[in-house]
Amino acid sequence: MSKLVESIKEAIKLCGLKDGMTISFHHHMRNGDFVLNMVMDAIAEMGIKDLTVNASSVFDVHEPLIGHIKNGVVTGLECNYMGAKVGKAICEGILEKPVIFRTHGGRPSDMEKGTSVIDVAFIAAPTADDMGNCTGKFGPSACGSIGYAFADAMNAKKVVVITDNLVEYPLADFSIPEVYVDYVVAVDQIGDPSGIVSGTTKITRDPVGLKMASYAAKVIEASGLLKDGFSFQTGAGGATLAAAKYIKEMMLEKNIKGSYGMGGITAYMVDMLEAGCFKALLDVQCFDLDAVRSIRSNPKHMEVSATQYAGVSGKSAGVDNLDVVLLGATQVDLDFNVNVHTDSNGYIMGGSGGHSDTAAGSKLAIIIAPLTRARLPLVVDRCLCKSTPGSTIDVVVTQRGIAVNTKYGKNADLKEKLIAAKLPVCEIEDLKKMAEELAGVPKPVKLTDRVVANVIYRDGTLLDTIKAVK
Amino acid sequence: MKITANAVAGTLESSDVYVKVEPCDTLEIEIESVVYNQFADDIKASVKEVLDELGVESGRISINDKGAIDCVIQARVETAIKRAGGNK
Repeated sequence: MSKLVESIKEAIKLCGLKDGMTISFHHHMRNGDFVLNMVMDAIAEMGIKDLTVNASSVFDVHEPLIGHIKNGVVTGLECNYMGAKVGKAICEGILEKPVIFRTHGGRPSDMEKGTSVIDVAFIAAPTADDMGNCTGKFGPSACGSIGYAFADAMNAKKVVVITDNLVEYPLADFSIPEVYVDYVVAVDQIGDPSGIVSGTTKITRDPVGLKMASYAAKVIEASGLLKDGFSFQTGAGGATLAAAKYIKEMMLEKNIKGSYGMGGITAYMVDMLEAGCFKALLDVQCFDLDAVRSIRSNPKHMEVSATQYAGVSGKSAGVDNLDVVLLGATQVDLDFNVNVHTDSNGYIMGGSGGHSDTAAGSKLAIIIAPLTRARLPLVVDRCLCKSTPGSTIDVVVTQRGIAVNTKYGKNADLKEKLIAAKLPVCEIEDLKKMAEELAGVPKPVKLTDRVVANVIYRDGTLLDTIKAVK
Repeated sequence: MKITANAVAGTLESSDVYVKVEPCDTLEIEIESVVYNQFADDIKASVKEVLDELGVESGRISINDKGAIDCVIQARVETAIKRAGGNK
């Protein structure tokens, strides 16, 4: 027996894909992904229309989706993150049905709860055998973890594995087992591994970024959480990575043995694991090729599914035991709500990813961002989009001051600790005032009443809507 | 002050502004900005203030703003004009 079929088109045909169905993709090849575009082109050529695409993330490389939306092949779009190119088109109103934004935890949990039904899942597999055992750890297009794809494989009605490195059965050290897979297709190339590394995965050299990073590290130290058993997640932003470097130095100096590091994993987290700062890494996706090498060779660097990372449908998840998470923001409002979906003109250029999942789960959720960016203040009266509820955010760190969120009846003791540590503690309103004194008061952005996206929180409830830009 | 030559000042880095001035019979001001929606009026006012202060009545002033604050815009415009006209 073999599940190998001749082409993507044949697999689509055998899956019985029809007008109006929902298909899914995962984004571990990030901006180097070829699979989504290959599959969509095949579908368009086959004349299938009115599809909903549920992709864990949409990157700029997926710009051809705009054409598929315009010609009616795609009439629904669901994702956890959307790059600026497709985001701009969505905000200009090319899609009639609002986009559904979920979180990295909410997406798999909605599939498991049955509120998000996938007819056919397409899994980009850097290595697979002809029965569908597959992994991202090996092969010319190795991307490391394929954690987001587990839910797709386990819940979709039909599952197609697409690989550019077909190996003899059985593939050793597989991630997704054959039991979920219907068909396997071999293609020339599933992606460009250099595209896995996004622009933001290097430590900043900007003095403002380093200042923020140093404050963030001091906040963590002063919080009392930096002790044996410490668990930590950081994004791939330049300043958050710099903060990770400071934390590593503190851990080594004080001989602190942490528990786990989690998230999208970068070379800097790998470095912390190898230096003995953590017992293990829980990796749902690799942000760079050093992380890919590590997950392949180091048994302490473990692949986890999105459900285990951040879901709400499992009996527990990694985020539930997280001590500290460092997160970015495009806007924070006076109630500490955070926007990571839209830019200051209202255009979509991001998404929750694991932002709101980790903020909800962690003991200390720190936003790290400059007071102003290109003249626009970080702190605003009301976010253009509420991506993460303010009740789950604890501290906002800027280069000019640190605001502790005591608005929801918590963190009074944390505020005292930060003041005692002689950190520049201020109110969130002060951060807004400082920015406006420096840069002026921006005119409010004009948006229409038309909803172009619904932002769904990790528990499945509607958190906010995104409106079309005028 | 009269603009007698082409000159530039500033950069295209975030939070800076690139100013180009050229001789022209009339006064023409072109503004392009990443924060145009939020700060167009402030940028225009900043440019005008410098032109008035230096007594510039003609010239083509092109502003390519990457989110500079007012004092930066004014410094860049002043520098470009002085480079284009000497100190008199």
